[in-house]
Amino acid sequence: MHLHEYQAKQLFADYGIPVPAGGVAGDAATAARVAAGLGVDAWVVKAQVHAGGRGKGGGVQLVENISALEDSVKALLGIQLVTRQTDTEGLPVNSVLIEQTVVVAREIYFGMLVDRACERVALMASAAGGMDIEEVAATSPEAILTETVHPAAGLQGYQCRKLAFALGLEGKQVGAFTKLVMAAHRLLLDCDASLLEINPLVVTGAGELLALDAKLDLDDNALFRHPRLAELHDSRQEDAREHAAQQHGLNYIRLHGNIACMVNGAGLAMATMDLIKLHGGLPANFLDVGGGATAEKVAEAFKLILSDPQVEAILINIFGGIVRCDLIAEGILQAIDEVTVTVPVVVRLEGTNAEAGLALIAASGLAVVTASDLTEAADRVVASIQPGAGT
Amino acid sequence: MSVLIDSQTRVICQGFTGSQGSFHSRQALEYGTRLVGGVTPGKGGHTHLDLPVFNTVADAVAATAADASMIYVPAAFAADAILEAAAAGIGLIVCITEGIPVLDMMRVKAVLRDTKVRLIGPNCPGVITPGACKIGIMPGPMHTPGHIGIVSRSGTLTYEAVFQTSRSGFGQSTCIGIGGDPIHGMGFIDCLRLFEADPDTHGIVMIGEIGGTDEELAAGFIQQQVSKPVVAYIAGVTAPPGKRMGHAGAIISGGSGTAAAKIDALEAAGVRVVRSPAGIGAGMQAAMNGPV
Repeated sequence: MHLHEYQAKQLFADYGIPVPAGGVAGDAATAARVAAGLGVDAWVVKAQVHAGGRGKGGGVQLVENISALEDSVKALLGIQLVTRQTDTEGLPVNSVLIEQTVVVAREIYFGMLVDRACERVALMASAAGGMDIEEVAATSPEAILTETVHPAAGLQGYQCRKLAFALGLEGKQVGAFTKLVMAAHRLLLDCDASLLEINPLVVTGAGELLALDAKLDLDDNALFRHPRLAELHDSRQEDAREHAAQQHGLNYIRLHGNIACMVNGAGLAMATMDLIKLHGGLPANFLDVGGGATAEKVAEAFKLILSDPQVEAILINIFGGIVRCDLIAEGILQAIDEVTVTVPVVVRLEGTNAEAGLALIAASGLAVVTASDLTEAADRVVASIQPGAGT
Repeated sequence: MSVLIDSQTRVICQGFTGSQGSFHSRQALEYGTRLVGGVTPGKGGHTHLDLPVFNTVADAVAATAADASMIYVPAAFAADAILEAAAAGIGLIVCITEGIPVLDMMRVKAVLRDTKVRLIGPNCPGVITPGACKIGIMPGPMHTPGHIGIVSRSGTLTYEAVFQTSRSGFGQSTCIGIGGDPIHGMGFIDCLRLFEADPDTHGIVMIGEIGGTDEELAAGFIQQQVSKPVVAYIAGVTAPPGKRMGHAGAIISGGSGTAAAKIDALEAAGVRVVRSPAGIGAGMQAAMNGPV
């Protein structure tokens, strides 16, 4: 789960990580009140969306009087902000963060995540702050300093100091950096964060360290033990269909092709997308209906797929294990009966009671094409959308 | 012969009296697995499925001499269950549970690293030696005793590989679902090493997917230490980048983690990589007939 910058910064402040003074606003009047309360005469207005690259996308604006601030807030609220990290539709701006401006002497990159390869929390820092860190990693990986944390010993002071000196920090900054990194590590463990990123972490004109930006992702699997953090979830930042899918226990990701698929199991779902591509088609989505595919779930899956206007055909690929194929077939037939399906449907059933399932579909009289194996299923669904193909 | 488990393996179930534990214990018994009891804290002394229930894994091990455990407890308690099994001296722990917090698994692995315990999973279908022992949620009947070792990160794709290698007449020595979580127990290399050493395994199917670099590391191992034919399939060629992957994660893996990078690494190591998930059986037939 992604958090907004303002939510992450609130957590940062709770843990003693220094952040610029500021506040969040959902309308211009609130924004003006927040700005006036800061006691400064220049502010930064930052659009709150779940994506980076906001500065270049026009989502971060510097203003020097209240009327300019109100104009900026009004211009940002309600738009779809497009950045290099969003798709072409962008993400809705429902709130803005108003902050004091900061005199920046230098910018540093700092990040922390659970590294799957070494099975530890890994720290990353780079003197090339503010820049696109992926680009730094690609062009000069040696510019990224890393440290990993032993799960039993925990993060040690020397590891923080090592990074601080390598970054060229001096005097009191070394102690301040150590304190900041220790706090960030505590936050990561306490909140089950999977990623914490400060880019840039700045040294101000006065020589203080400050988290100018904040990115925090939480482990979805751990939200059950953080009910208050779970409430920070902002579903408006997600694709509406992907969000609807979650509500029904379906795992759906929209792609941009025209052949939809409905599959049980994440690996087989990915493989089915690949298979459609391999046979000359373009997959419209990833959709895992999970192990317990009931008739209701299949019906919801159909509705979800058909709400995408690009979909011209559907491939259903089920490998029955503990779940029997005849039950799945009943679900498919019931769903087709319930939802008006106007595009060709190709079904491949394999595994437990597959023959009984295919027989049910054949006997239904519905315009559903069955396939005896994966290859045939892919060929048939691709053929079904060729010009002149009858349904 | 087989790897990890055989008809002599004495298995207990943690989460024995729950709905998942009960259902899959019953299925395992029907398949012929030597299930010797189960653990549900507070229900020790009772009988379930005609088998003894214990309060702790230590009690179960003392009474039954179990050497393997299958875990069906909810995600919030799964790390505890794995560590309890390890502390009680269970040598093979199979954790089916999905949705365990990654920091829990990080701590579990830090403990297991200093032991000889083998962990399979979590978030996996389990392990099966056809005709001898089934520990997991895979459908038993489609498996055939035979000579192909299967190791996979995906559940339903494992079934696909089993189905195809059964239909091609090879059958399976042992099938291991290592699970889809970022931090997990046995990896590709651990399983490849076992299959290479097992005289009854004549060929290996390896099924990977996007994310991480385990397949790339396995490719290096295969090149150096595996003499048996290996057929691989990698899922996710069409998966959109960035989904479910944090930004900094892409930094650590340095642009790897894509299906293309994995396929390239495996092919460079001489592995026959099939492009279609329907091609696993035919790929194995071709691999058995000679080098790539």
